[in-house]
Amino acid sequence: MSKRNVNVSQVIQEKDTKKRNQMYNKYVDQMTPKNSLPKNMVGAFLVGGIICTIGQFFTNYYMTLGADKETAKAYNTITLVFLSILLTGIGIYQKLAKFGGAGTLVPITGFANSVAAPAVEYKKEGQVFGIGVNIFTIAGPVILYGIFSSWVLGLIYYIFKYLI
Amino acid sequence: MEYVKAFLIGGAICALTQILLDTTKLMPGRVMVILVCTGAVLSALGIYEPFAEWAGAGAGVPLTGFGNTLFKGVKEAVDKEGLLGIFKGGFTSSAVGISAALIFSYIASWIFNPKMKS
Amino acid sequence: MPENNQASNKPKMMGSQSIVFHNPPYIIAASSVTGKKEGEGPLGHFFDLVQEDPLIGKDTWEEAESEFMKLAAQIAIQKAGLTNKDIRYMVAGDLLGQLIASSFGVAELGIPYFGLFGACSTMGEAISIASIIIDGGFADKVLAATSSHFAGAEKQFRFPLDYGNQRPYSASWTVTGSGAVILSDQKGNNKGRAIRVKGVTTGKIVDYGIKDPMNMGAAMAPAACDTIKSHLEDFNVKPDHYDRIITGDLGYVGSAILIDLLKEHNIDISNNHMDCGKEIFDQESQDTHAGGSGCACSAVTFASYVLKQLEEGAWKRVLFLPTGSLHSKVSYNEGNTMPGIAHAVVVEAE
Repeated sequence: MSKRNVNVSQVIQEKDTKKRNQMYNKYVDQMTPKNSLPKNMVGAFLVGGIICTIGQFFTNYYMTLGADKETAKAYNTITLVFLSILLTGIGIYQKLAKFGGAGTLVPITGFANSVAAPAVEYKKEGQVFGIGVNIFTIAGPVILYGIFSSWVLGLIYYIFKYLI
Repeated sequence: MEYVKAFLIGGAICALTQILLDTTKLMPGRVMVILVCTGAVLSALGIYEPFAEWAGAGAGVPLTGFGNTLFKGVKEAVDKEGLLGIFKGGFTSSAVGISAALIFSYIASWIFNPKMKS
Repeated sequence: MPENNQASNKPKMMGSQSIVFHNPPYIIAASSVTGKKEGEGPLGHFFDLVQEDPLIGKDTWEEAESEFMKLAAQIAIQKAGLTNKDIRYMVAGDLLGQLIASSFGVAELGIPYFGLFGACSTMGEAISIASIIIDGGFADKVLAATSSHFAGAEKQFRFPLDYGNQRPYSASWTVTGSGAVILSDQKGNNKGRAIRVKGVTTGKIVDYGIKDPMNMGAAMAPAACDTIKSHLEDFNVKPDHYDRIITGDLGYVGSAILIDLLKEHNIDISNNHMDCGKEIFDQESQDTHAGGSGCACSAVTFASYVLKQLEEGAWKRVLFLPTGSLHSKVSYNEGNTMPGIAHAVVVEAE
């Protein structure tokens, strides 16, 4: 794709529909003001950093209670998921997301929020067909592709370990 | 100081993801998939686990850490049970996170209602 | 100017896609019911009723939207000094699948009902069809209405409300509310000047290949350009024939694109273009990014602010053309683009 700016005249004069549409997309991209990336990156950095720090705090705390490292991490996951869903329920997590962007999406708290949000929204459509059917509407792909990719990688690992 | 590490590493992963969100038209769902799969691949390459050991929660809490957890689980299951492990390990290792999300979300649906945005 | 030979034998047909009415219907009443955010916006004091509770006491967002439409219809009928039985037809639509907000909203009114889908252009389409019905002598009084609800639209098209999503600058804010107008073959008793729908230009679907549902203004601008261009050709008038050329929800991004596109056709509307999406919210204080959207955006603005300007003599004649994007979640997921459409009506004060 050329880096030249597209002029709206070029869009209008282009007879070939496909090319015209491509040019229009480029033109629109030029015309559309973007969110300020530096500002968003700072927001993401701060919010994401703080959530991970909180995670570290809980992991350490559970270890002081006697858990081994893996168990502490598991309890940390439960804690972060719980807090995220609580904050989602009372309406704070979404507000944090406006400033935090990727900082609320990337940590496991984002995953939890993406499960809680449809659960709360779809209850009006019933337990089975509302909540049940829709609860993974955002997070489903994470589980599908996470499991699938680990399966494929596991298969490759097995082949290399035992068959080669 | 491990809290500083957690803050910086976690923050950095999020800031990099922000670039992805803002410069491409990728929707959040797709970005989450990319993160999880990246974590799994880096884990399989033997990179992510040492990184996570060093970085702590800064690498464990992000979804890439979830991908790492998934592959680690599969690897351990394969080591223990051979081929069957590839079907067991993923869900077993991620069970805690997924169950917690499901269970607490469901309970949340009893208590909370969706809030209109202002 | 190009003459349409077929049209000259049938005087109601103008040009390639327009109609000029021989018995231009009167707009005898209009109503606007909105949610809290809209009430707090720059046009808030023009609306007939502002509902603070987004659920209006109902159980679901969809039922609330139905209630918005029912209220708008009832208020309009009341303002016209009529009863439900006086209204021969109701023409209405909304954004929800299978138009459930409209159907459940109007069910109790007992008025014969045409449901239609034009996405955010529905008000233009509804007024067009209602006017055609009256000018053709098929009815004496027709109600045209449309509604949208922020929560219902988010749930259907984007994400559940509580999901933590960061909206891009080009995203718009779906207006919560409903607008209704009553058209009649007779002059009404509203104070101020009588208002008539003089003609209609029906839009064609125009698609310039935008796939980004977070930038609907850009998706719809080409359709608005096409309808404006066709209208001016069909009626053989210039943009300054109108005090305002009013689009529905192109927003800040789409409006700029529209003006650019039209300039390429030697049409300059930069002096008299108005976009309801830009007017209904204060971009800065209400954080609405690209502006308002949804069927109700154009409907409530037209039914309150625009008609008032015409009634009071501030404006003589406007071209009202809300725009819509005719995609669905399925079409988007299947990799399709967002085709746009814009329906224009000529509204004039006597």
